[in-house]
Amino acid sequence: MAQTFSTLAYLVASVLFILALRGLSHPETSRRGNLLGMIGMGIAIVATLLKPGMGIGGIVIVIAGLAIGGTIGTIVAQRIQMTALPQLVAAFHSLVGMAAVFVAAAAFYAPDAFGIGTPGNIKVASLIEMSLGLAIGAITFSGSVIAFLKLAGRMSGAPLIFKGQHMLNAGLGVLLLVLIIAFCATGSQVLFWLIALLSFALGFLLIVPIGGADMPVVVSMLNSYSGWAAAGIGFTIGNLLLIVTGALVGASGAILSYIMCKGMNRSIINVLLGGFGSEGGAAAAGGNAADRAPVKSGSPEDAAYMMKNAQKIIIVPGYGMAVAQAQQVLREMADLLKKEGAEISYAIHPVAGRMPGHMNVLLAEANVPYDEVHELEEINAEFADADVAFVIGANDVTNPAAKTDKSSAIYGMPILDVEKAKTVFFIKRGMASGYAGVENELFFRPNTMMLFGDAKKVTQEIVQALQR
Amino acid sequence: MTPQQIANEAAALSDRAALLANQARQMAETVAPVAAAAEPFLLLLTIFLMACFVGYYVVWGVTPALHSPLMGLTNAISSVIVVGAILATGLSDSIAAKTFGFLAVTLAAVNIAGGFMVTRRMLAMFKKKGS
Repeated sequence: MAQTFSTLAYLVASVLFILALRGLSHPETSRRGNLLGMIGMGIAIVATLLKPGMGIGGIVIVIAGLAIGGTIGTIVAQRIQMTALPQLVAAFHSLVGMAAVFVAAAAFYAPDAFGIGTPGNIKVASLIEMSLGLAIGAITFSGSVIAFLKLAGRMSGAPLIFKGQHMLNAGLGVLLLVLIIAFCATGSQVLFWLIALLSFALGFLLIVPIGGADMPVVVSMLNSYSGWAAAGIGFTIGNLLLIVTGALVGASGAILSYIMCKGMNRSIINVLLGGFGSEGGAAAAGGNAADRAPVKSGSPEDAAYMMKNAQKIIIVPGYGMAVAQAQQVLREMADLLKKEGAEISYAIHPVAGRMPGHMNVLLAEANVPYDEVHELEEINAEFADADVAFVIGANDVTNPAAKTDKSSAIYGMPILDVEKAKTVFFIKRGMASGYAGVENELFFRPNTMMLFGDAKKVTQEIVQALQR
Repeated sequence: MTPQQIANEAAALSDRAALLANQARQMAETVAPVAAAAEPFLLLLTIFLMACFVGYYVVWGVTPALHSPLMGLTNAISSVIVVGAILATGLSDSIAAKTFGFLAVTLAAVNIAGGFMVTRRMLAMFKKKGS
């Protein structure tokens, strides 16, 4: 009876998790979706604590852990700046990975608790599942730690590459497979921890060569891994809720990785092999610019004047806006222009920022209504009848070379057609090329005006000019 | 063919049939535990694959504007691994299992609270025009 109760509760929790994801199909229903997710988690935890055979001592330990962890999590989530979101998500992924490693270890030392054998004599099938959960969890942990360090700027975002890197990774991958097979055959404790160590090393080595702007893919991929790790543990201990949830999360992360790769027209393999954006960036910055047509640069006052008379303005935010924290003042600018009678909308490229949907959150934080913010496919046709395209902190995603120049590193990448607008403003700190190391020919077009300076400062000056 | 020959052949045939039947029984006996072990695994695998399909369709339905909250939410629900940690802590008398279980519960709890809270914060910011 009690067993049936917990199984039923897990079923309810699984359905609630699916409904939670379903809620995210629209901002209006999303808040309820998140609430359903919380209820599902609550039901799962309570039902597990009520399972027959739970010792009082164990329950006390669990509640202590939940209280400590819950307090830390709540404080972190409330204090975190929205611009620090990508690194927070990476840090959270690492925790799921580490938790999976610990649960695998607990199952290894106390298999009787899960009915998968006795210590030292665990069923082979369970050993296979356990080692997979362990390996994926450990890779998720160390990979996410590296992603966190890169996103938080505590480690250079530049790809770290060395000779024989791919051979080393491939070799370690094969070694990991051998260790897993040996572990399944023997159930040895030493091999268990060797698998953990090797997986930690592999996760570290896999993410190190990947550059900062490829982090949206990495974060989504680690999101996916954390799901597969949970599913692996679910198979080990024969728990349906873990399997279902792990599959949901795994699928979600995989889809996000796919969308991000498509947004860059690169394969996941190409991203994972890393090294992209390491060369050329600096070289292209200085050299060619001088031989080209002169760049037209303007003052914030010029931009303010021209936008005052514009009917339709499309704003294209990029990672530079996030770095400069310019979203608030950008919204002030938009409000002033709306008073002048302009129609304002925002165009978001799928890979703008450091995580999927990064720009949308920052604009929402600055009180930009979500119905003014549009995805690439929705808005791209509208640039043709826009008076002004205002590009703030974006570069590669506007580069027309992606459509025309087959030799370009970004050829085939879907881009925002800002060049079709009557006037294009670019807020940039200098003439440096973007992450892909490709020069943007838009800077040299007669209808482009460069506004050199920090995104926040320039926008502030435009706001001041508009208020005059 | 004499009746004697027919009887002999029939006897030989029945012997072979008995041998075959015996072999078949032995094979079935060796396969049975494997099949018995595979049965629950196949059930779990079926559920896993179905859940992958559900996830696939549900996540494609998520609006791209909410992809960051989606990561926050999936991050929070992947901490359902806490269930495994609670079972290890509560059902086992082994010190090692209790220690690992406690560590896992604590880490997962950080994630559960943090993931849902930060998602809630994000979602609270998404407002319609004029509201």
